[in-house]
Amino acid sequence: MTENSKISRNKKMSQNIAFWSFRILSIAVVGILFWILGFILVNGAKVISWDFLTKVPTDGMTGGGIFPAIVGTLCLMLGSVVIAFPIGVMSGIYISEYASNNWVVKVIRIMTNNLSSVPSIVFGLFGMALFVNTLGFGDSIIAGSFTLALLVLPIVIRTTEEAMKSIPDSFRVGSLALGATKLQTIWKVLLPMAFPNIITGLILSVGRVSGETAPILFTCAAYFLPRLPTSIFDQVMVLPYHLYVIATSGTDIEAARPMAYGTALVLIGIVLIINLIANGLRRYFGNKVKTS
Amino acid sequence: MINISAKNVDFYYGDFHALKNINLDIEKNSVTAFIGPSGCGKSTFLRLLNRMNDLIDGTKLVGDIVIDNENIYSRQTEVVELRKKVGMVFQKPNPFPKSIFENVAYGLRVNGIRDNKFIEHRVEESLKGAALWDEVKDKLKKSAFELSGGQQQRLCIARTMAVQPQIILMDEPASALDPISTSKVEDLIYELKKDFTIVIVTHNMQQAARVSDKTAFFYLGELIEFDKTDKIFTAPSNEATQNYVTGRFG
Repeated sequence: MTENSKISRNKKMSQNIAFWSFRILSIAVVGILFWILGFILVNGAKVISWDFLTKVPTDGMTGGGIFPAIVGTLCLMLGSVVIAFPIGVMSGIYISEYASNNWVVKVIRIMTNNLSSVPSIVFGLFGMALFVNTLGFGDSIIAGSFTLALLVLPIVIRTTEEAMKSIPDSFRVGSLALGATKLQTIWKVLLPMAFPNIITGLILSVGRVSGETAPILFTCAAYFLPRLPTSIFDQVMVLPYHLYVIATSGTDIEAARPMAYGTALVLIGIVLIINLIANGLRRYFGNKVKTS
Repeated sequence: MINISAKNVDFYYGDFHALKNINLDIEKNSVTAFIGPSGCGKSTFLRLLNRMNDLIDGTKLVGDIVIDNENIYSRQTEVVELRKKVGMVFQKPNPFPKSIFENVAYGLRVNGIRDNKFIEHRVEESLKGAALWDEVKDKLKKSAFELSGGQQQRLCIARTMAVQPQIILMDEPASALDPISTSKVEDLIYELKKDFTIVIVTHNMQQAARVSDKTAFFYLGELIEFDKTDKIFTAPSNEATQNYVTGRFG
């Protein structure tokens, strides 16, 4: 065997080893994910019924349903997105299109990065101090929404900034050269192009919001409140917190176990459905940008 | 009639002295070609005429550029108004991700025109003017990205015409196109000078010779020679021009 073919055989071998390592690791990750999902699906499916989805909890939260918690989670998702989205998108646009690359931008960017690495319990405390106490919202949907909005703001800002930055300058100069103002250029050309990517930020933040417990612990979540909220200043039950409660500190933890799996399944289901909707929107707007 | 007049123009990118004492008068309804090797300043000078260089940080202009008896770098100048008057076509076709119709209508809409009848009429007129109407009249609602590169570039020209500028600047408008599309764009340029003053930057000598009335040769930031195109290509008075147009350097 010549020296050359030996080298090429070695190369091939190390290539194969690398490929197989990557492959096995990828399969392992997906496998674990499916294991978790399967586990929750099998255990949770037993309690899922129309009553479980539409009734209030009963018997010390070992029976009945989780309807108030579902409603509470949806309220918080909606509330935090409604607050975080305009602020985040505008900040992202400002950073990408208006601020020239000076220290202001650097400071904003460092702050948003820091913001995203702050532990969520700190947001909870901050939310309690500012929204619940200082602004006097009390434990309420609005206080929880604001707190969660702060939490996801960095995600929205960054995805918006990146979505805007990824648009080639030729579209900007093309629009400006026709006598459009900068605002018109952003509104009529850049934003429609960036929108599908900004939607991705929305997906990520909604997913994050639906699963967070710590930020709402002191700002919004009710331990047990078997009725629907009547205003944005009401407390609500929330799925992740309800899960935590019945899994650790309910009246009868063992008896509530199936309810816990069911709650987890519903939570995952909601996130999944919202992701699908957001994906659909993303595709819809993506096509619209191309053809209309 | 003089349409564009540059007097003692110096231009800097930071410390780089990109244009040195440029003096140039461009007549109305003429085609003027800017030629010269890469980095000679011809595109920079072109972009000064609609203040596109404003978008770059750290630039400085000394001297006056007068369009229609108005110093376009004076404090009173509305850049948005200037760009309506001085349109621009870029090197690579850059239609918006909108329909063919909306691409042409865009310039009208951003300028506050709401009358749909008027917009439809102007879109048709502009597409006809850009010799594109027959090719697209049945698919105005289709995305502009479905057009070929050459069609896209003519769409961009139509888009510019729709705003009815006086002057159209073209920055190597055919350099990304195939020969057939190029010749269509060149024919178009010839037609356009009836209604517009055209200033075109090109690397293609034959193109400059074919389409332009006058030619300006830039070299290392200076305007070396500016004269009738015939003269520049047959009997230039400067040796550097002679060398460049005969392909000895550049």
